Amino acid sequence: MVSAAPALAAGGAAGAALEVQGVSHGFVLQNEILPVLHDITLRVDPGAFVALLGASGCGKSTLLRLCAGLDRPRRGQLRMDGVEITRPHPSRVIMFQDPTLFPWRTVWDNAALGLEARGELRHGRGRVDAVLSLVGLDNFRRAYPHQLSGGMAQRAALARALVNDPRLLLLDEPLGKLDSLTRLAMQGELTRLWQQRGFTVLMVTHDVEEALLIAGARGNGPGVAQES
Amino acid sequence: MSVVSTVNPAAADYTVLDEDVPRPGKLLACAGLAWLASAAVVLAWPDAQEVARTGLLGTLAAGLGGLLLLSWALGWISSRLARVGHWAPWLAVLAVTLAVWETLTAKLDLLPLPFFASPQAFLEVYTDDYPRLLDCLYHSVLLLGKGYLLGSAVGFVSGVALGWSTRIGYWVHPVLRLIGPLPATAWIPLAFFVFPSSASASVFLIALATWFPTTVLTWSGVASVQTAYYDVARTLGASERFLVLKVAIPAALPHVFVGLFMGLGSSFAVLVVAEMLGVKSGLGWYLQWSQGWAAYANMYADLFIMALMCSTMITLLFRLRDHMLAWQKGMVQW
Repeated sequence: MVSAAPALAAGGAAGAALEVQGVSHGFVLQNEILPVLHDITLRVDPGAFVALLGASGCGKSTLLRLCAGLDRPRRGQLRMDGVEITRPHPSRVIMFQDPTLFPWRTVWDNAALGLEARGELRHGRGRVDAVLSLVGLDNFRRAYPHQLSGGMAQRAALARALVNDPRLLLLDEPLGKLDSLTRLAMQGELTRLWQQRGFTVLMVTHDVEEALLIAGARGNGPGVAQES
Repeated sequence: MSVVSTVNPAAADYTVLDEDVPRPGKLLACAGLAWLASAAVVLAWPDAQEVARTGLLGTLAAGLGGLLLLSWALGWISSRLARVGHWAPWLAVLAVTLAVWETLTAKLDLLPLPFFASPQAFLEVYTDDYPRLLDCLYHSVLLLGKGYLLGSAVGFVSGVALGWSTRIGYWVHPVLRLIGPLPATAWIPLAFFVFPSSASASVFLIALATWFPTTVLTWSGVASVQTAYYDVARTLGASERFLVLKVAIPAALPHVFVGLFMGLGSSFAVLVVAEMLGVKSGLGWYLQWSQGWAAYANMYADLFIMALMCSTMITLLFRLRDHMLAWQKGMVQW
C-alpha cells in the first residue's frame, strides 16, 4: 500500500487527527481467516489530504471501513483525536465509488439524510440548501438519482457528506467511475472544498496521478510515501 | 378546419411535427358506424328467440355509435377527444362481436339454450336483478377488503421482521415454510369449524392467502437491500429505527408491491370459493345460486361484474404503486 501525504490545508483547525496503531484485519472465508491488513500504523495530521495508493484487493477499502467505524479491527486500534473509533459517527463520513444515493429520495432529501437521521432537519434546512449550491446542484434539488449523470450523482453524494460538517472525510475511490473530464472537474472541486473547510481527507485510489495531483500538488508537495 | 394544437412551437423555435398533434383517426368513425350497424341488426331483424329488451339493446348500441361519431367530429377541435381514437380498433371489434353474438343467438337461434344466452338476456339480468347484484358486489368488496387488508398488513409486518431480525426469523421462518405453501382453500373445513361465523372464517382464509406472498416478497425485499445503503445511513448517525423505517422499507417497496399483487390474485381465488361455501350474499354465492337455477345469463352477468371488480382492485393497487414508487424507472403500466 502506498500513501502520498500530507498537505496542510488552509484553516485546518476543523480537521481531525487520525491514528492507526498496529491494525490487522481479515475476513472469515470457508472457516478460515483470510488476512487483509497486517500491522498497519499510520498517522494523519489534522487538515491533511492523504491518498492511500495500492493495487485492487490490497485492503485500502477495508482500512477505510475500519476508519469509518463500520467494522472493528481484529487487532490494533484506530483513534480520531485520541478517542478510539468503535462505531460510525457523523463526524467521519465515508463516500464510496458508487454514489449510493437512495433512489427513492430526491437530491435534496438525499443531502438531508444525515440531519434527518439525527433529528436535526428542522433547524438544518438552510445548510442543505447551502451545500447543494456549493456543489452546483441548485437546479436539481427535486430530481431523483436516476435523472442525474454520474458526475452529478457523485456531487450529490458529496453534498450529503458535507451537510454533516465532517471533520474526517473518507473517500473510497469516489471518482473511479467518472469519465476523465468530469473526474478532473471533481478533483478540482474536492480540493477547493478541502482548502475552504479544512477537514481531514483520507482518500483511497489506485490512480497514482490522481494521488499526486490532489494529495500532493495542492499543499506542500508530495510528502512521505510509504509502502507496506 | 383548424386543429387545436397543444404544442407551442414559439417556445423554443422548434417545428411542430404531425405526430405531435393528435388527430381523430378514421377508425373512430368506423367504430361509430360499426355500432350503428350493430344497432340496425338488433332493431331491424326480427328475433327468433323469445327475448325481452331488444329495444333497449338496440338503443344503447345506437347511442354508443352516435357518441363515437360525435367524438370523431369534435376530435378535430379538441385534442383530448382525439385521443379516444386509441380505443377505436377495440370498439370496432366489440361492435362486430355484438352483431355476430346477436345473430347466432336471438336472431337465428343457432346456439343451444340455456348455455348460450343472447345479449338481450345478458342485459335483462342487469335491468331486472341489479338490486341483488349490487348487494352481492357490496358484500364481496367488504369481505375481500377486510381479508386483504388484514392479510397484507400482517404479511408486511412479518416480512419486514423476517428480513430484519434473525431472532424473529428463527421462529417465523419454519412456520412460513410449512404453512405458507399450503393453499388457503385447504383450510376451509377447519376454518368453518373453528371460527364463530362463516364470515369471519372467510376473512381468515382470504387473509391467509394474501399473507404468504406478501410476507415472502417483503422479506426478500428487505433482505436484498444493498448493505452500502445501511453503511451510508449508519455513518450519518442513523438509529436502528431509522434504518428500518427510512432505509429498509423504502428500498424493499418494489418487492412489497409484487407481493401485494400476488396476494391480491390469491385472495380473489379464495374469495370465490369461500363465498360459494359459507355466505348468503356475494358474487361467488351468486355464481353458485344462478348455476343452481340454470340461469346462465345471470352467471355470465355475474362473471362480468366479478372481472370488473378484480380488474378495478388491481388498477387501484397499481395506482398506489405508481404513486409510491414514482422514483423508479421502467415500471409495467397496468
